[in-house]
Amino acid sequence: MASQPKQRLVVVGNGMAPGRALERLFETNPDAYEVTIFNAEPRVNYDRIMLSPVLSGEKSFEEIVIHGDGWYVKHGVTLYKGAKVTTIDRTARTVTAEFVPTGNLGHKPLEPTVTVPYDKLIIGTGSNPIILPVPGHDLPGVLTYRDLDDVEAMLLAAQGKGDAVVIGGGLLGLEAAAGLKEQGMDVTVLHLMPTLMERQLDPAAGHLLQRAIEARGIKVITRANTRAILGNGRVEAVELDNGTRLPATMVVMAVGIRPNMQLAKDAGIAVNRGIVVDGSMRTSDPDIFALGECAEADGQVFGLVAPLYEMANVVAAQLVGDGEARFRSSATATKLKVTGINLYSAGDFAEAKDREEIVLRDATRGQYRRLVLKDNRIIGTVMYGDTADGPWFFDLLKRSVDVGDMRERLIFGQSFAAGGIPLDPAAAVAALPDDAEICGCNGVCKGKITGAIAGLGLRSLDEVRAHTKASASCGSCTGLVEQLLKAQLGDAYNPAAVQPMCGCTELGHDDVRRLIVAKALKSIAELMQELEWKTSCGCAKCRPALNYYLLCTWPGEYVDDSQSRFINERVHANIQKDGTFSVVPRMWGGQTSAKELRAIADIVDRYDIPTVKVTGGQRIDMLGVKKDDLPKVWADLSAAGMVSGHAYAKGLRTVKTCVGTDWCRFGTQDSTGLGVKLEKFMWGSWTPAKVKMAVSGCPRNCAEATCKDIGVVCVDSGYDIHFAGAAGLDIKGTELLGHVATEDEAIEAIAALAQLYREQGRYLERIYKWAKRVGPETIRQQIMEDGERRRALYQRFVFSQKFAQHDPWAERAAGKDAHEFAPVADLTLRAAE
Amino acid sequence: MNAPMVTAPWIEICALGDIPARGCRVVQTERGRIAVFRTVEDEVFALDNRCPHKGGPLSEGIVHGRQVTCPLHNWVIGLADGEATGADKGGVRRFPVRLEDGRVFLNLRHIGKEEGRS
Repeated sequence: MASQPKQRLVVVGNGMAPGRALERLFETNPDAYEVTIFNAEPRVNYDRIMLSPVLSGEKSFEEIVIHGDGWYVKHGVTLYKGAKVTTIDRTARTVTAEFVPTGNLGHKPLEPTVTVPYDKLIIGTGSNPIILPVPGHDLPGVLTYRDLDDVEAMLLAAQGKGDAVVIGGGLLGLEAAAGLKEQGMDVTVLHLMPTLMERQLDPAAGHLLQRAIEARGIKVITRANTRAILGNGRVEAVELDNGTRLPATMVVMAVGIRPNMQLAKDAGIAVNRGIVVDGSMRTSDPDIFALGECAEADGQVFGLVAPLYEMANVVAAQLVGDGEARFRSSATATKLKVTGINLYSAGDFAEAKDREEIVLRDATRGQYRRLVLKDNRIIGTVMYGDTADGPWFFDLLKRSVDVGDMRERLIFGQSFAAGGIPLDPAAAVAALPDDAEICGCNGVCKGKITGAIAGLGLRSLDEVRAHTKASASCGSCTGLVEQLLKAQLGDAYNPAAVQPMCGCTELGHDDVRRLIVAKALKSIAELMQELEWKTSCGCAKCRPALNYYLLCTWPGEYVDDSQSRFINERVHANIQKDGTFSVVPRMWGGQTSAKELRAIADIVDRYDIPTVKVTGGQRIDMLGVKKDDLPKVWADLSAAGMVSGHAYAKGLRTVKTCVGTDWCRFGTQDSTGLGVKLEKFMWGSWTPAKVKMAVSGCPRNCAEATCKDIGVVCVDSGYDIHFAGAAGLDIKGTELLGHVATEDEAIEAIAALAQLYREQGRYLERIYKWAKRVGPETIRQQIMEDGERRRALYQRFVFSQKFAQHDPWAERAAGKDAHEFAPVADLTLRAAE
Repeated sequence: MNAPMVTAPWIEICALGDIPARGCRVVQTERGRIAVFRTVEDEVFALDNRCPHKGGPLSEGIVHGRQVTCPLHNWVIGLADGEATGADKGGVRRFPVRLEDGRVFLNLRHIGKEEGRS
């Protein structure tokens, strides 16, 4: 086998479909063929679907390359760039190509043509854009939208701004229109049919789409039939049937594609609408495959990527001898790639007698969902607005799932239909079978919970959590558990009553905070006495909360009670599952240095620290430090100038930054500098729950500031301040607090926000939960509109920081709380005597 | 009533003041660490430093009343009986400790289930 000469595989066309086929081939049998590719375009294989983001400026060509030059070298592929195959000689089994004259070809061809023999041939010539044969269609300035050359031509033409007319309101036309608008042109879309994208959307969604397109300042004319393109030596206007003349410096034709089958036809291969292939993707010549947009399989031609990739898989399988592999056309899903417009469609959604539909509309919010059902199975879906459930519907469609059981909830999407948060909560929970899982974290089913409520006489959420563990971990099923309690206990269950802090008191968090101030309570013992605590010294729930409330209310006065701190805050490190600790030194704004890294490396070696890991907050975690070693590790870190990162604290954790104007060509402000300033100003502050921050230097937002507790996104005109994001148990984008022009204003607003949260947040309540409880608008008003309030909050924050900013590591390395870190007695020697 | 275990010697380990009130210190032994707790009422108790749940170090927990809450998963263990409270089930070995003139003495013969509190 090894001694046999390799078979020669020649590929005509270097688009996405042949690219995928070769990928699959190299995965299964890299040595089976000697491969030669001819690409009429002078470049490597790239993701054609992503041309729209290149046109709009959101991506560069380099970002959409699928196979770089290295890939061809690695797989020993000969790639002829800018070489167009002109002839297939099926008798001699050769192909001949001529080099396309082009300015930017890396090398000059030595010969005008090249002829290569093949054993197996793949034709992937794709398709050509349809050019309407109207007068003036060949004027300079009339472009199509198929490949990178078209995009480059459009970008060049768009430099002069002016008017663009896009003919065709389908997927490509709209993406082109949005891209040109982004480039600063005045754009009009002409569409022959009454509604946009009528092949993928029903009329209702088409109208919503039109409204959204128009909201971006793009003019849309439907039922528009182009009569002529006018111009003297260059395009100047488009004339419609009704005599309307639209001025145009550029016309983009995006009215459809036609399979490119001339080469195959000339070679005597059977063609129809496309190059005809059987289920194995073979053409009428069994040694020649065709795939992609040029191929006609099952009487159909295809333009979306999913079926084309499916064809590629079949070709690759056939090439390595899997004669069973067959292409089957299946439903495909479409998404429009225009930023800010979400639509999704799949399957067949035409109306017919034997079909039913489920529709959800919210016109003011621009939400639309339609499911087309046949025999209780989804056969088509159109979504506009929130399309997150699209893939789920599509999966049900493809698998032809009987949706009878969830029909009434189906339209609301997966989480509702599958029992996450039901529409009518009580009814939906009641309808669940006993073996339905309620708590995914702890694997608790409905029957276990209802059984415990009845059998053990449970009356509260806390009791259910204690006995069944349901909703005791991430808490996302709390609502379901409460519904079960309600269903079973009726009026005896009263969740609306103020939730006491814990079993030690009837008072809720807010009452306790109010009374701390009103009664001037200044120690935990005094508070428990005055507020009639039911236990001698509280519990593990209330004590840390009380300690925080007192600390926050009486800065400089209250003496921190370390025995009321959770272990991590008591010993300033994070306890791990085996009882060892992790240590994270602060790296201001995520910056470090050779000196710090060297010190960390030495410490890791010296104390035999098993794991060193980079954290999500742009710093370094040393895991597995023995408790007895902590003070020594800290002393060494201190000596190298490093301080506690408070990675263990309900307090300021990290301020993540990007490199901003220091390095980045897109940076608008000194984001690193601002991040460092914020971190140096705010470190050491205790807060109700952890606070993670970030500063991004431009709206590309590389520091991911919009999912942080507090985030800053720098823009040319200043700083957008965000808050109340989450990216943990919950995932939530931030709310905009406001925009300020200077760094000082940003710092003042952020500190005031932090102080408001410190004063109002309940212990362990993250900023996004606090904001949800009190309302983001009230927070915004207090910080951004009430200047006096903002300054007062800021002053209180500054005052409290005076007592907070002591490095706890340096203090402990110097001997503070030494009893924490060593056994009180060592009996091992004694026992050995 | 402590008859079966007084065969092991009582060892003086520290002064009461060496253990923070509502706190704990550990004693290193050949067979692992023993957690010695001091309550707000100045009572002392000694338990294996391993939570019956996942082996968490009970000595690092918050001490409240005659209980300690394990730092890993919040099991609440009774200091007097070594048993998990509430809905959790499990127990941890106890060791006799006694307080004399402000000094804490520990006996390494742990207490079996059948015996009472030391």
